[in-house]
Amino acid sequence: MSEEPILSVRDLRITYQTGRNSEVVAARDVEFDLYPGQSMALVGESGCGKTTLGLGLLRLLPKLGRIPQGEIVYRRKDGTTADILKMGKEELRRFRWSEAAMVFQGAMNAFNPVQRIGAHFADTLKDHLPEGKRLSKTEIRERSEELLRMVRLEPGRVLPSFPHELSGGMKQRALIALALALNPQVLVLDEPTTALDLLTQCSIVEELHRLRAEFGFTMIFITHDLGLAAELADRVSTMYAGRIIETGTAEDIFYDPRHPYTSGLINAVLPVVGDLPQLASIPGSPPSLATLPAGCAFGPRCEYVQDRCREAVPALEPLTDRPDGLTHATACLRAEDVQHSREVVSRA
Amino acid sequence: MPETPTIPDSPATAPLLRLSGLEQVFDTKRGKVPAVSGVDLKVEAGKVLCLVGESGCGKTTTARAAAGLTRPTGGSVEYLGHDIHRMGAAEWQEYREAVQYIHQDPYASLNPVRTVLSSLTAGLRKHKKVKGRHEARQAAARLLEQVELTPAESYLDKYPHQLSGGQRQRVAVARALAMNPKLLIADESTSMLDVSIRVSLLNTLGGLRDDLGVGFMFITHDLAVAKYFAWDGEIAVMYLGKVVEHGPTPQVINDPQHPYTKALIAAVCEPDPRLARSKKTIPLRSAEIPSLTALPSGCTFHPRCPLAESGDCDTTPPTLAPLDERRRLACHVVARDHVAAQAGTG
Repeated sequence: MSEEPILSVRDLRITYQTGRNSEVVAARDVEFDLYPGQSMALVGESGCGKTTLGLGLLRLLPKLGRIPQGEIVYRRKDGTTADILKMGKEELRRFRWSEAAMVFQGAMNAFNPVQRIGAHFADTLKDHLPEGKRLSKTEIRERSEELLRMVRLEPGRVLPSFPHELSGGMKQRALIALALALNPQVLVLDEPTTALDLLTQCSIVEELHRLRAEFGFTMIFITHDLGLAAELADRVSTMYAGRIIETGTAEDIFYDPRHPYTSGLINAVLPVVGDLPQLASIPGSPPSLATLPAGCAFGPRCEYVQDRCREAVPALEPLTDRPDGLTHATACLRAEDVQHSREVVSRA
Repeated sequence: MPETPTIPDSPATAPLLRLSGLEQVFDTKRGKVPAVSGVDLKVEAGKVLCLVGESGCGKTTTARAAAGLTRPTGGSVEYLGHDIHRMGAAEWQEYREAVQYIHQDPYASLNPVRTVLSSLTAGLRKHKKVKGRHEARQAAARLLEQVELTPAESYLDKYPHQLSGGQRQRVAVARALAMNPKLLIADESTSMLDVSIRVSLLNTLGGLRDDLGVGFMFITHDLAVAKYFAWDGEIAVMYLGKVVEHGPTPQVINDPQHPYTKALIAAVCEPDPRLARSKKTIPLRSAEIPSLTALPSGCTFHPRCPLAESGDCDTTPPTLAPLDERRRLACHVVARDHVAAQAGTG
């Protein structure tokens, strides 16, 4: 893997205003380095802050969202760096899509329903180009057709269609093609296969594998589906109550989770392969972000909890020493005591 | 099916619910949409029948017809041997009480301006099953205990927005239990829940099945959920309005026979990176599901099927016929090879 991270996030905090003088912290203390070509999954349950973090990385938060603290340093191909949080409006517009693009959640609703697919491509190709560059109508059409063929869609059928005329899987493919329009270095995908049928999910996953091999982009994808993370990610970070509580390679996270929450999450996934294992759900429900418990936010639901867990928020401590952001780290005082077993069975 | 519909089962031996040749065609501006065509299935007391398939395959339409919410355009729905659309008022009432529906979205299925108590007791009050406020409250508290929302008193006066998704879905289940149902129809009832609470709701539903002997028609697109909940029951795999494979859950999941079932099972992502990397998906010839308004000729799966052959597959629709003692299958190629293999060994 290569030398410098493409994206370095430090001490990031994202808040939402909930009233005139009140706010909730939706993501806090987020730090990670992402290296070129890596694929990182952000996993967690609804409300854990994973979508907020994904949107925050491209500064696409909704109106009431703010980033009061932290930095997100992006390294361009030429080696220059820029803090995304300090970019001006124009700079940000050119950065989005040509450097980093997003595939939004819910393929069903991500397109404007009264615009043809072709118009979406034309808008994107016109709007986010580097300064001084312009494309002619023919060039726009040719590029759109090329992009759609890349995701195995028929341009002649899709470009003149309205979004409602396409199936969910076709829309998701078109959305991925749109995100790749300007050859971004980083692709953020928010729940790329949720709400799609199983066989369609499978074909999208294959598409992403193929595109990544071909274009070598760096990928962050947000999902609640641990199976998808196992399939697509080299690295996995688990989020709980706005914080990254464990991070490591896919093998670390799935075979040797050191945080009781990660372990519980994996054990709650129902398998199709093999015999019926003993399944356990995690007792209780996630805390409200407005009233986090003292100390470790998972404490009240944790079977390993001790008095010291309630004293301070445990920091994300490294368990291994590996380069390129592949270190296994966890925010649990009892990391060494966590027992994880899930029978690994092979597919016959 | 070569069953004789002229002699009705006696109520003592009749299954709880039987669907025979069920057909539901919707008339739309763009033509007739055959959402369900010719489904034969039954559910026994205390047993689970799981309908699986992708969106648009007719699972929900089948369930709605089974619950008496729509009038099928062909075939029949029988409750304890009686056609529900030929029932008198009293019998219909009994059927409607005995068969309850749990919807997918607990955020939409509970009235937001009613308290939990009010939602739970609406049916009881309407059917005069409780006398007075005190008795209604006690009945509601008992229902909440059945779905493990305890202490019940702390939930009774809450509104849906004060509950989490999992708690709401439990209230929806409790409401369905109010009428002492014999059959619960659960339509994707766990799909909107996070994984950490899904298993516990499935366990609660399993408890109702085992302890109260409630039969289930359980609809899901998630094969893992189907496997977990219907392990002792049956799975029917639907594709474009028809059942293509039906049999005991362990057989269908561990040894699928229909190429569509095989493709579905091979497509599942397990939370195991090594397994995921060695995974072999079954390449279908087309990723797109055909439209119900322009169904392919012959077997409707043939344009996507890796086994399709010219001949029967694209001309004759296969019937759902017994493959072995307990399994039914609708596939020309697999059925033929099965017969040939048996002739070879026998």
